[in-house]
Amino acid sequence: MASTWAVFRRELKGYFNTPLAYIFIVIFLFLTGIFTFYMGSFFIRGQADLKPFFNFHPWLYLFLVPAIAMRLWAEERKSGSIELLLTLPMSLWSTVVGKFLAAWVFIGIALSLTFPMWLTVSYLGQPDHGVIVASYIGSMLMAGGYLAIGACISAATKNQVIAFVISVVVCFLFTVSGAPIVLDFFAAWAPQPLLDAVASFSFLTHFNAIQNGVIDARDLIYFISLILFWLFANLLIVDLKKAS
Amino acid sequence: MDWMIEVDGLVKKFGHLTAVDGVSFNVPKGQVLGFLGPNGAGKSTTMKMITGFMTPTAGTVRVAGHDVDEDPIAAKAKIGYLPEGAPAYPDMTPIGFLNFIADVRGLDAPTRRRRLDYVIANVHLEAVLRQPIETLSKGFKRRVGLAQAILHDPPVLVLDEPTDGLDPNQKHEVRGLIADMAKEKAIVISTHILEEVDAVCSRAMIIADGRIVADGTPAELESQSPYHNAVLIECQNDGVAEALRAMAGVTLVDELPGGRFRAYPSAGQSIVADVADLIKQQNWSTSRLSVEQPRLDEVFRNITGAKDTNNKAGNGNRGEAA
Repeated sequence: MASTWAVFRRELKGYFNTPLAYIFIVIFLFLTGIFTFYMGSFFIRGQADLKPFFNFHPWLYLFLVPAIAMRLWAEERKSGSIELLLTLPMSLWSTVVGKFLAAWVFIGIALSLTFPMWLTVSYLGQPDHGVIVASYIGSMLMAGGYLAIGACISAATKNQVIAFVISVVVCFLFTVSGAPIVLDFFAAWAPQPLLDAVASFSFLTHFNAIQNGVIDARDLIYFISLILFWLFANLLIVDLKKAS
Repeated sequence: MDWMIEVDGLVKKFGHLTAVDGVSFNVPKGQVLGFLGPNGAGKSTTMKMITGFMTPTAGTVRVAGHDVDEDPIAAKAKIGYLPEGAPAYPDMTPIGFLNFIADVRGLDAPTRRRRLDYVIANVHLEAVLRQPIETLSKGFKRRVGLAQAILHDPPVLVLDEPTDGLDPNQKHEVRGLIADMAKEKAIVISTHILEEVDAVCSRAMIIADGRIVADGTPAELESQSPYHNAVLIECQNDGVAEALRAMAGVTLVDELPGGRFRAYPSAGQSIVADVADLIKQQNWSTSRLSVEQPRLDEVFRNITGAKDTNNKAGNGNRGEAA
C-alpha cells in the first residue's frame, strides 16, 4: 500500500515535471471546446445539457489516452529504470496499480478542468445536474478503460510509437465494437449470441447508457472488470518480459 | 558460517544461448567479492538473478536467508542494487529520486533524514541535489545510483560496475566508500578494471562463458600468473641463459633485449635466492636482480583470453613491465 502510494506520487509528479502535462491539458481543453461548440452545435441545439460535450469523449480519448499511456512502461524499459523499479521491495501489483492510478488521476485533473462547461450551461439554463455528474463519472470510467488497455500494451514494447499505434487500434476496436463496422464482419457467420457479446464490449454502448443519467450496475461492472482484466494482463506481461 | 548470499547451481538460458551455466558460490558478511570477466561472460546476468530482476532457468538464490524466487520482497528489502549503467528517472532531481526510494523502502522520518544526510555527504551529491538527473554528468549519475543503492543501509550490496565512467579521483572515493562499508556488509561488485580488485576486493572470481573459472583471494589468483616468482636479472656476461637453464627448479629462461634474462620457476617456487647464489658463484657483474610482480590482468588473459594466441609465458612480451 505504501509502495503503491510512493509509485503513484512519483508518477503523478513526473507528469508535471515535464511540459507533457501542460500540453496535454491545454490540448484536451481546446479539443473539448471545439467539439462541443462547433461540431456538437452546443448553442444551436438550444438545450441546457452537456450531451454535445460528452458525446465526443470516446473519440477524444481514443487518441489522447494512448498518448498518456504509451510512456507508462515503454519509457521505463527504454531507460533501463525498470530494472531499478522491479528490484525494489514491492509487489508487481502495487507498481502496476500505482502507475495506472497516477495516469488516471492525471486524466481526471484534465477532465475536471472542463468545469467551465458546466458553469456555462448552468448559467444559460437549468440542466439536470444528476445527468451531468453521471456523465462525468462515466467519462472517467471510460478513460480508465482506455488507459488500462494502453498501459498493458505499453508494457509489451520499449518503443513508445509502437505502443501508441497499437493502443489506438485496440482502443478503436473496443470503441466501435457495437457499430456496424465491426458487427458486419461477424454478422455473416457468427451466431446472434456472439454478435450480442461483441456489441456489449463496446465502450460506446456502456458510456451512452451512463450518459442518460443512470449508472447501471452492469455498466459499472463492465468498466471495472475491463480495467482489472487489462491491468492483470499488464502485470503478466511485465513479469514475463522482465526476463528478456 | 552465516552466508548473506547463497547462489546454488544458477543457470540462465536465452533461447539457445546459455548466459549463465551452473554458477554456485556463497558470500559471507564482511566479504567484498569482485566479479571479473570479459563482456558478455554472464556477470550482469548473474547479478540480475541475485537481485530478483531475472528469474533463473534453474538454480536458487538466497539473500540473507530469503529465497529470492519464493519471497522476493523480503529478499529485495535486504539488497542495495546498482544496475548496469546506473539507470534513474531522468526528469527527477537526485533529492526527489532518493526520497522516492526512501518512500518505497519504507524508511521512517528520522532514519530517512539520517541516511539522506549520510549518503549525500559521502557520495558528494550536495552540488546537484536539485538539478534534473538528465542534466548531470555520467559521474554524477553513477553516484546518484550508488546513493540509491546504499540509502537503506542494506546488509547486501550488489554493484554492477560501480566506478564505470568516473574520473580517477571519483574512483578512488567510491572505492574508499566500498572499503568503509566492507566490514558490515556482503558486497558483490563487477568490474573490468583489474586494479579495482586489488584495491577493494577480498575475493575475486573470474567468470567466462557463464562459468566460474577462477575463485580465490586476489593474491591467490595472482599466484597463477606465469610471472609468479619469476626472477629478472640484467647481466652482460656470456653464458647466462645456459647457466640459468641448468639450474634446478627453473623451467624456462627468456632472453630479453638489453642483456636481461627472466627465469621462470617450476611449480611457482621461489628461486630468487638460488639465482643470487648463482650470480655470486659465477661472479657475474649484475646490474639488476628482481622478483617479478605478478599482475591480475595476466592471469585474467591467461584464463579467459583467446585460446589461439600463444599465451604461454615464453614469448617475453612483457617488455618493460618489470
